[in-house]
Amino acid sequence: MRITTKVRCAFGVTTALAFTLSVAGCSGSDEGGAKDDPNAKVTITFWHGWSAPNEVKAIQANVATFEKANPNVHVNVVGNITDDKINQALRAGGPKAPDVVSSFTTDNVGQLCSSKAFIDLAPFLKKSNVDPKTTFTATQLEYTQFKGVQCSLPLLGDAYGLYYNKTMFAKAGITRPPRTLSEFDAAAVKLTKSNGTGYSQLGFMPNYHGYESTTTHFNAQWSPKYFDSNGKSSIATDPGIKASFLWQKGLVDKLGGYAKLEKYRTTFGDEFGSKNPFMTGQVAMAIDGEWRAGMIDDSHNGLQYGVAPFPVPDDQAAQYGKGYVSGTIIGIARTSSKQNAAWRFVKYLTTDTKAVVDFANAIHNVPSTQAALASPDVNQNPAFQTFIKIASNPHSVTTPASPNGGTYQLTLQDVGYAYESGKLTDLPQGLGKAAKQIDTDIAQAR
Amino acid sequence: MSQNLAVRTPPRPARPPVRKGSRRRRRETLRNLAFLSPWLLGTGLFFFYPLVSSAYYSFTHYDGFGSPTFDGLSNWRFVFSDYPFFWPALRNTLWLVVVMVTLRVIFGLGVGMLVIRLKRGANLFRTLYYAPYLAPPVASTLAFVFLLNPGTGPVNTILGKVGLPEPAWFNDPAWSKPALTLLALWGIGDLMVIFMASLLDVPKEQYEAAQLDGAGPFQQFRFVTLPHLRPILTFAAVTGVIATMQYYTEPLVAGQIASGQIGGSGQQTEPGYPDKSTLTLPQLVYHLGFQRFDIGAACVIALVLFALSMVFAALLMRRGGGFLGNDA
Repeated sequence: MRITTKVRCAFGVTTALAFTLSVAGCSGSDEGGAKDDPNAKVTITFWHGWSAPNEVKAIQANVATFEKANPNVHVNVVGNITDDKINQALRAGGPKAPDVVSSFTTDNVGQLCSSKAFIDLAPFLKKSNVDPKTTFTATQLEYTQFKGVQCSLPLLGDAYGLYYNKTMFAKAGITRPPRTLSEFDAAAVKLTKSNGTGYSQLGFMPNYHGYESTTTHFNAQWSPKYFDSNGKSSIATDPGIKASFLWQKGLVDKLGGYAKLEKYRTTFGDEFGSKNPFMTGQVAMAIDGEWRAGMIDDSHNGLQYGVAPFPVPDDQAAQYGKGYVSGTIIGIARTSSKQNAAWRFVKYLTTDTKAVVDFANAIHNVPSTQAALASPDVNQNPAFQTFIKIASNPHSVTTPASPNGGTYQLTLQDVGYAYESGKLTDLPQGLGKAAKQIDTDIAQAR
Repeated sequence: MSQNLAVRTPPRPARPPVRKGSRRRRRETLRNLAFLSPWLLGTGLFFFYPLVSSAYYSFTHYDGFGSPTFDGLSNWRFVFSDYPFFWPALRNTLWLVVVMVTLRVIFGLGVGMLVIRLKRGANLFRTLYYAPYLAPPVASTLAFVFLLNPGTGPVNTILGKVGLPEPAWFNDPAWSKPALTLLALWGIGDLMVIFMASLLDVPKEQYEAAQLDGAGPFQQFRFVTLPHLRPILTFAAVTGVIATMQYYTEPLVAGQIASGQIGGSGQQTEPGYPDKSTLTLPQLVYHLGFQRFDIGAACVIALVLFALSMVFAALLMRRGGGFLGNDA
């Protein structure tokens, strides 16, 4: 009896864990290319990540216009899709798998291109006489390809800049948004009002968990190189990355220190909700994307705000106007059997100027083609135009694609967490260790 | 009487030889297999196949596309030497197994003993202690992150008012695991019910006999209650260890919410906030397997989890005398 019970127990233990162990995947066909009849009546499935009502409405409107112009193609739209689901569906394939996929995570492009989860769009672009170099901006092209393989295209972009509270600026006697980081630090200190162990108002939240206050967004102001020509991590040797960490830590200390700021951070509401700390007046300045202006306007909360490019290091004042640029990408699944129809849809969404402009206006995102950026139909709101200029600025940068996605950014982020909290004191050593880790991770992914 | 009373055992009649492959034997074997088939099928599909394939994939490079390629011990080397998340996750998992499981068993037993002694309001207390167990893990974790918010949470507000230190709970690496343990203790309802049932099952005569022998409450607990509860304690410990080895949702949700980085605008996050303190091995299996698509390395960690679970379960079963106790 006891033997039976033991066996039963062992079975219980092992069966429960067996689910954890079952991480086997399926492989798709190795055949690429589009062999489907481009004029056949087909239904393609399109996955996207938008979920807000205005976003869903805007993408549906674009799809409806496409279907009207292409009556033989019906688009089955599935929204609110996460990257985890995308990655798994691209591997699994099957009748319910998507033909066209869009993702907010540009970091995954390296993985999607190198693994061939997305097909190379170069033959389609050539066949349709679309020159990517003249159609899209250089920065957007950079984050949609990996090692020369254009496996995705930009579908609207994001540019990051500085939001500032005009009322608080006026009260503090600050007449214009800061342009250099020393001006910015002075403004942040001036706008900060301590309240015992906390704050009644904070000039800026520099801690790396402070929503868009990320290492990559700050680093962009130094235009760093993350990899050398051999594909090895250069974060330990790039002077910009070290300077970025030193500046951030300096500001953390000037504003009261890591622990005090962290405690204040825990009082913030949801980043993408109405309780965002900039929208509630808890912070006077914030680094954020262009969508925030739309959210503030839609909330009608009476916030008097202005936008400007994020300040640059003092020794790079001439490059004021640049910022971090990213965006949504779109590609065609290798497992799709309707790649010609899928391409027609992708081409429409990414290169049709009216479609791009209308969609950008509707969801407050930066247009992703040169023609759309220059279009007079683009939202002429001065706040929005500031982001258009940041996106078009030749000094604006993005983060490069890597075969293991954004893992290198997370490793760098860990250095930031350790350094800002004081756990890491030897920054060069920390960066050197992180660089080795990034190289190891990339070697492991290959 | 010289009569020999010894009775000679008559020779046992020879059993008819069972021929290999006889119809009766075949029928018996088939019948047994038919009865066993659901178990065999389930075990094969959900245990042996994943186990063997995980062991196979752990020696390959496989990203979910194409075919896996043999890669020797590189995944094992990567996990044990080059992956900075493995050892913190292992330490956290072992911490939770030792501390959280022990406290859950002690607390569950304590609450069970308390509730069965209540003369009034027993039903109310049973409901109060059992109800949290029914809460979905995500909802209960969200509630705890809200309650223990260092800046706005009611717990720290009260602690501050009475002059006690206000920990940062889920935002402090030193307090995040204790905070998770508090969450686990809050959902103690399942253990409370099991302990209550077994405590009511202890024969009253034994307590009376012990009292006559002069045993006090502690001695009664030590020499009457505990021996009866031994199989149940073993059961609670083994199932607790298994559940903790699979601990995934609560630390992941708590870490994400407390960090403020819940994804959006394409940001990637790693589990374990703050400072890898809520990282557990199952989170790594998912992160490596389904986010980084390093399936070989994910399989290594899954196999480590499996081996640890087996070791813990075997030790507990051996020390605890199994689920039926030593008397069985």
